Amino acid sequence: MEMLRFATAGSVDDGKSTLIGRLLYDTKTIFEDQLEAVEKASVQMGAEYTNLALLTDGLRAEREQGITIDVAYRYFATPRRKFIIADTPGHIQYTRNMVTGASTADLAIVLIDARKGVLEQSRRHGFLASLLRIPHLVLAVNKMDLVDYDQQRFFEVRNEFRDFAAKLNIADLTFIPVSALHGDNIVDRSANMEWYQGSSLLHHLEEVHIASDRNLIDARFPVQYVIRPQSDQYHDYRGYAGTVAGGVLRTGDEVTVLASGFSSTIKSIDTFDGPVAEAFSPMAVTIRLNDEIDISRGDMIVRPNNQPTVAQDIDAMVCWMSERVSLRPNSKFVIKHTTRSTKAIVKDLTYLLDVNTLHRDDSAAELSLNEIGRVQIRSQVPLFFDEYRRNRQTGSFVLIDEATNATVAAGMILGTLS
Amino acid sequence: MSFDLSHLRQLEAESIHIFREVAAEFERPCLLFSGGKDSIVMLHLAQKAFWPARMPFVVMHVDTGHNFAEVLEFRDRRVAELGVRLVVASVPEAIDAGRAVEETGPRASRNRLQTAVLLHAIEENRFDALFGGARRDEEKARAKERVYSFRDEFGQWDPKNQRPELWSLYNGRIRMGEHIRVFPISNYTELDVWQYIKDEEIEVPSVYFAHRREVFERDSVLLSTGPYVTLMDGEEPFTETVRYRTVGDMSCTGAVPSSADTVDKIIEEVAATRITERGATRADDKVSEAAMEDRKREGYF
Repeated sequence: MEMLRFATAGSVDDGKSTLIGRLLYDTKTIFEDQLEAVEKASVQMGAEYTNLALLTDGLRAEREQGITIDVAYRYFATPRRKFIIADTPGHIQYTRNMVTGASTADLAIVLIDARKGVLEQSRRHGFLASLLRIPHLVLAVNKMDLVDYDQQRFFEVRNEFRDFAAKLNIADLTFIPVSALHGDNIVDRSANMEWYQGSSLLHHLEEVHIASDRNLIDARFPVQYVIRPQSDQYHDYRGYAGTVAGGVLRTGDEVTVLASGFSSTIKSIDTFDGPVAEAFSPMAVTIRLNDEIDISRGDMIVRPNNQPTVAQDIDAMVCWMSERVSLRPNSKFVIKHTTRSTKAIVKDLTYLLDVNTLHRDDSAAELSLNEIGRVQIRSQVPLFFDEYRRNRQTGSFVLIDEATNATVAAGMILGTLS
Repeated sequence: MSFDLSHLRQLEAESIHIFREVAAEFERPCLLFSGGKDSIVMLHLAQKAFWPARMPFVVMHVDTGHNFAEVLEFRDRRVAELGVRLVVASVPEAIDAGRAVEETGPRASRNRLQTAVLLHAIEENRFDALFGGARRDEEKARAKERVYSFRDEFGQWDPKNQRPELWSLYNGRIRMGEHIRVFPISNYTELDVWQYIKDEEIEVPSVYFAHRREVFERDSVLLSTGPYVTLMDGEEPFTETVRYRTVGDMSCTGAVPSSADTVDKIIEEVAATRITERGATRADDKVSEAAMEDRKREGYF
């Protein structure tokens, strides 16, 4: 069975919780005791109907304040695929949460209320999905029942978002007219919208082609951990454990090890279940080489004729996630990139990007919570990276505040500085 | 050639990545092992992550003294096979030493006492990372918990102040006295766990399979009779064919009527069931809507 991770964005008003509730309910994932607890809580809160949002609002403060604070992960499966939903709230700290949920997503569903059309928030969600390079974006035009399932209204909303999306890099954009409340086009094609010829939402989630979204070209193996059993049976064993971050590695392949630059060939690719002939993302394996080279965590095994950028000066987009401190030129942080952690200094804030209008403000002096900007960073030691748009694993990093150890930024690499 | 990985292989790869990341970045990790299916799967994954070396950390069991004998026997055998060191943090010992006070009455449970004993053991052993087998599908407070869940110097979880967790970049930086709870099987569902157990031919204790047992009903949960529980008025023991969906303290872990006596039948049963495993089997989670959240804040598993 395949696995698909998707993020949902939208506020309660767009019917996001109802949509998720509907997917879980119709795939028989909501359990009776969960439903019972939600019904009980709804009555206690004086609600007239069972509030499906309570299924997703897990924490006490969320229920008390009627808001969603954090990314919640939910699971359901059909006979075809296992799904992991990163359910991101639309209210406070929206950007930080959506970026977090989107970072691992294969697909994003952005909800739009058919009556309201494309709002500032819809554009923001679309932009974040493209910034995080989510390969597939679904615009679920919801509450079609409230516009009499009108084909014309659906086209208007679709065209409006398409015009905006033309400015973004979205590889695959799909529009589906739905009513989460009534289940139209969620699991089955709706009889109320005969004019719609596309897939239902669930059918799309089951069928969308994700196998080729991974980078299977540029072999990248960040060394995570060195395995040395030091037992009688495996006396001389020295294996480099890690998760393939791109490309395909095969036994016998000629490889170069960064940072040293020494070359060798792959002796074997080991797993507990026995050696494998080849390894690709996201397999976790252990590589042994034919030559004794000094290799440790933070190094990267690559192919000699296809190497990542090795540099200390990084040009990147960052999403700022701290309310305590802001990002300013000369701020110092710990940067964590693949399996390498080192110190980094912000050399320059090139511009602050308005996520609603896409306007670039090059006079901005700082980035604060939920703001996105382009920065130039210098790391203490070289990093081995690719452009984020080419590889989400080797193109991403986080910044950590040394004073608090908090994760304060998510970064997507554009390149090095020439 | 296709480069597809099934969902179970993807989940496995993610878990192995997490184990290796912790082993590389922490000084004194420890794996919490209860003998329950989730921690058994976790132990299996840890073995795979470091093969052919041994896992580079110890295994700890917080023992309430009210465990199933089959499960304890299983625990000791498994730990011996793997050649890892077992630390037992004992609730009865803590009670004897005065660090914990036994609840009284027929509903007395040592469940809450586990938290204090766990935190004491973490401090005493100076553990800086603890692997736990919690899954996000279990309960809604857990649905929002990170894979790396930060605990302050008092072992407390602050759900409103969690570190953002992006891509597979985990932030394990802590100060002295703080620690991280690490949940390598966060993204498995109960069904995934059983399918993985089947695929990997992992052994689990016999109480998971249907067997005849003397039980009684309390708060619509079937509890086993035995030395650790006192029957209240109106509670009548009867014999039933049951199995356990979760394994924990006998005084608050319920059995479910079931005829599933093989892993295949359990998978069938889990796929068809309409009640969550905690709802069906854990009296401790029924106390209030936010029972798990409250216990987690205090430092529970």
